[in-house]
Amino acid sequence: MPDSIHDRVLKTLKTVTTQPLPTDTDESLFESGLLDSFALPDLVTALEQEFQIKVPDSDLNPRKFDSISRIESYIAAKG
Amino acid sequence: MSAYLDSFGFHVPERVVSNAELAQRVGCTAEWIESVSGIRERRWAAQETSVVDLAESAARDCLARANVDPSTVGLLIVASGSAPPGFPAPTAELAHRLGLNLTPAIDLPMASAGSIFGLVLASQLTDTYGNILVVAAEKMSAIIEAHPMEQNTAVLFGDGAGAAIVSTSGIRKLLKTAIHTDGQFRADLAYDWKSALQMNGLSVILQASRKLPTVISEVLAAAEIPASQIATVLVHQANQNLLVRVGKALQVAPEKIYSNVARYGNTSSASLLIAAAEWSRQNPPPGPVVFAGFGAGLHWGALVAE
Repeated sequence: MPDSIHDRVLKTLKTVTTQPLPTDTDESLFESGLLDSFALPDLVTALEQEFQIKVPDSDLNPRKFDSISRIESYIAAKG
Repeated sequence: MSAYLDSFGFHVPERVVSNAELAQRVGCTAEWIESVSGIRERRWAAQETSVVDLAESAARDCLARANVDPSTVGLLIVASGSAPPGFPAPTAELAHRLGLNLTPAIDLPMASAGSIFGLVLASQLTDTYGNILVVAAEKMSAIIEAHPMEQNTAVLFGDGAGAAIVSTSGIRKLLKTAIHTDGQFRADLAYDWKSALQMNGLSVILQASRKLPTVISEVLAAAEIPASQIATVLVHQANQNLLVRVGKALQVAPEKIYSNVARYGNTSSASLLIAAAEWSRQNPPPGPVVFAGFGAGLHWGALVAE
């Protein structure tokens, strides 16, 4: 069975941070300090590569990537 | 397009403001400032020094180095995001100080991207106006002093001015240019002179990290120059971490990304031309050079020159 979006998002997050990932998928990745302003661009690029998607500039709103669940929702919406 | 970059000039105030001094004011450590920005110190102008004072010093430095008499300037463009609001904007006073009483002069009230917009617009106008003097001057300390800001923002900025002459002849031929604007994220970096500067660092860095490499790639593709052939990349000196990311995205060697942000901080629209002026005096390597800027608006752009 292929990895779920959830598993692949966690795997991608681990490539841009060395901190333990939150168990609460709604926890803010910014407020927890897991992502800072320079890790966020790296995350977006890593997501593009992992999911073979293009994140347009108009979607570059940090809120879309603020938690594991929001990232999953964004990826799912990209189809 | 028959436009050339002919000469650069710059001016920074004498007063050095160290990280230690700022750290005490905003409640952090000097080491933290350097770790998040790469900045070790910046220059702040005296209270009585105006944006026009800074602009005039850079303009005269540029004209002297080019051995160009001010009377031969056909068009003056001055960019500043920190000039006091109201009219007339700084260009009229600078033109008067330079003795240019018939020469058209245009203000670009743009923070950070003012230099690149000035250079690109000038490159399209040389056939009509000949020598075009582009100046970018910022007194960011006035904004810092006027309103308490978050420590993340207050530690970044410095004062200074840069200048360039764009003409129909010169040292480096301009090959391709691109400028863009997208107002969707305009609230993420804004200042209204009534309250503290607002900066959503997450959004601004995210946008800059993507838009700068993209627009640089745009002009390189138009000029049919592979990134591997670039000799130097001059980027708005916003933050050392951003400069590193731009280099990585372009797959350009780090030593080709010019940086003076450690010494001057982020001087907004002035930073690109200050960097260019310093770079031009350090026996720059031959080969294509890229200029790129990004700032509030959002405005961004790039050019490539031989």
